[in-house]
Amino acid sequence: MSENLSTDRIQSEINENDVVLFMKGSPMFPQCGFSAAVAQALTTLEVKFKGVDVLEDADIRQGIKEFSNWPTIPQLYVKGEFVGGCDIVREMFESGELQQTFTEKGIEHAA
Amino acid sequence: MAMEAAEIELLIKEGIPDAVVTIEDLRGDGDHYAAYVVSEAFAGKSRVQQHQMVYQALQGRMGGELHALALQTSAPE
Repeated sequence: MSENLSTDRIQSEINENDVVLFMKGSPMFPQCGFSAAVAQALTTLEVKFKGVDVLEDADIRQGIKEFSNWPTIPQLYVKGEFVGGCDIVREMFESGELQQTFTEKGIEHAA
Repeated sequence: MAMEAAEIELLIKEGIPDAVVTIEDLRGDGDHYAAYVVSEAFAGKSRVQQHQMVYQALQGRMGGELHALALQTSAPE
């Protein structure tokens, strides 16, 4: 039961927000270096995103790992698609691919 | 619970037999590693899929006893 509820909640966060970051802590007060790094990259690009704090909800924390078949947090979703975790986002940010992804998906961002 | 670098390498190679694996113990504490994995099996796959293959090879240890493994994957040039 709780598993279905968490899947529903994850799905609706992803449907309702163009850019969603499942993270530990909040964008203003990240509780983990990896979450902080991704939030920082998005902030640098001036991308509007919704942060979902998995520390506030154990079902979401576990559910998001099963949802994406991805064992770690943070997880970044853009327009419903799982983009990656900390390593991938960092690599994409440094190569300019992340900016390109936002452009392709019609998400406003700084150059 | 920490893991040995050699154990991580072994698991990855068991899962992805042709993988060339380089492991760095980032802090020398047996808890924060970086792994560079190169394999033909990654050709034509997205980064997310490549990383999922490595996580699969680690059989659920990632995010559990293996706390921090910075991952970089690629197909051979």
